[in-house]
Amino acid sequence: MKDSFLTGNFQVANATVPLVSTELHSADFWGAVMVRWGFNRDNYRVSPGLYAVGNPDQSSDVFVTANYKLSFDTLRKSLSGINGWILVLDTNGINVWCAAGKGTFGTNELIRKIRQASLEKVIHHKRIILPQLGATGVAAHKIKEETGFNVQYGPVRASDIKKFIKNGYRADKEMRRVTFRFMDRIKLISNDLLYGKFYLLGAIAIILAISGVAKDGFAFRNLFDKGSEAIINLFFAYISGIVITPMFLPYIPGRSFAMKGFLCGSLTFIILLLSGMTGSNLFENLSWFLIITAVSSFMAMNFTGSSTFTSLSGVKKEMRFSMPVQIGFAVAGVILQVIGKIL
Amino acid sequence: MKELTYLPDVATLKLCENTCNGCGMCTKVCPHDVFEVFAKKAHIVRRDYCMECGACELNCPVHAITVKSGVGCAAGIINGILKNSEPTCGCSNNNSKCC
Repeated sequence: MKDSFLTGNFQVANATVPLVSTELHSADFWGAVMVRWGFNRDNYRVSPGLYAVGNPDQSSDVFVTANYKLSFDTLRKSLSGINGWILVLDTNGINVWCAAGKGTFGTNELIRKIRQASLEKVIHHKRIILPQLGATGVAAHKIKEETGFNVQYGPVRASDIKKFIKNGYRADKEMRRVTFRFMDRIKLISNDLLYGKFYLLGAIAIILAISGVAKDGFAFRNLFDKGSEAIINLFFAYISGIVITPMFLPYIPGRSFAMKGFLCGSLTFIILLLSGMTGSNLFENLSWFLIITAVSSFMAMNFTGSSTFTSLSGVKKEMRFSMPVQIGFAVAGVILQVIGKIL
Repeated sequence: MKELTYLPDVATLKLCENTCNGCGMCTKVCPHDVFEVFAKKAHIVRRDYCMECGACELNCPVHAITVKSGVGCAAGIINGILKNSEPTCGCSNNNSKCC
């Protein structure tokens, strides 16, 4: 990685600390776009350790973050005009919240990095500011016990840092609460779209094989006629579950994601039915209803992992109910598809 | 925009009020505003918003809170079943999706 964000070095307490810019450049922007589309996603990192922003001194604040470059960029951009320190933990290039859930943005790693940076020599106060979502991995009282530093949980979003400081290092309720707005969801869709590509290819392979089925056996000419129709139906079912359902998440009835995906899939089926895409007899129509809703529901259920408010207990509960239904629908759909073709 | 809510009555979150010292740390780390401190004790006021992230349990200095925390992620749960382990989203060291 070309570290274009480094602008020089900063001397402090016999140590040299890299100085970073608070401005994002086109390389940062395009890097972010690439990562959102899955390129270089597992290696979008910065070196862990201590960095300086602005012109910090021993009374400046320390902000802790993960070594995922998107997290690091978001933080440094939010620190424009602030003189401070950034302490980057080694989270294997994973963002703060995910890494905290795994424990890599964790108590032990923070203790390690505080010691490696000799933080007690760099600053003469005892406050370090962590993103609130890091709390899933860090026990503040243990950091105090081990290092003497007081962990102060800042706001959820780095963009609130200035407001947080202005408030006398207090986050109000709005800063503390995680949201999941339209734009937050849109940003995730590209990656989720790619996530299920093997499911989609597998489903297309199965449905193509069925498309060849005819009254008199198997006919390759059907692969092109019926097959292209089948691929389009599956593709829309997939989009319904992983793009449309997340986009309109709060407005689709139902609590469980599987139900939301099923409803969205039903609507997709109706549109395809009216477009004449779902076969020529009742068996084929019904078959497509079952397949499209099953695919849409399953893919929507997978979006639980990208959301910011689903719990392990809740997802388990919805899976226990909906996975047998999804599998049943898919199997029944495939059987009806074959029957519809032979009739 | 209305706030998104998930399934009701599923959260495994428990708070022992006798142990609680009312420090309010849980109100600072909870991303869904589940706790409120009044009468010198923390109280669970929005249980159905709990996403079982575990931040409160980890940061409670007197261990008054327990929650079975983990990833609220269908792909992670399927992952866990396939590998016969705890649900995991495979965020690090491999190419699978992060939750």
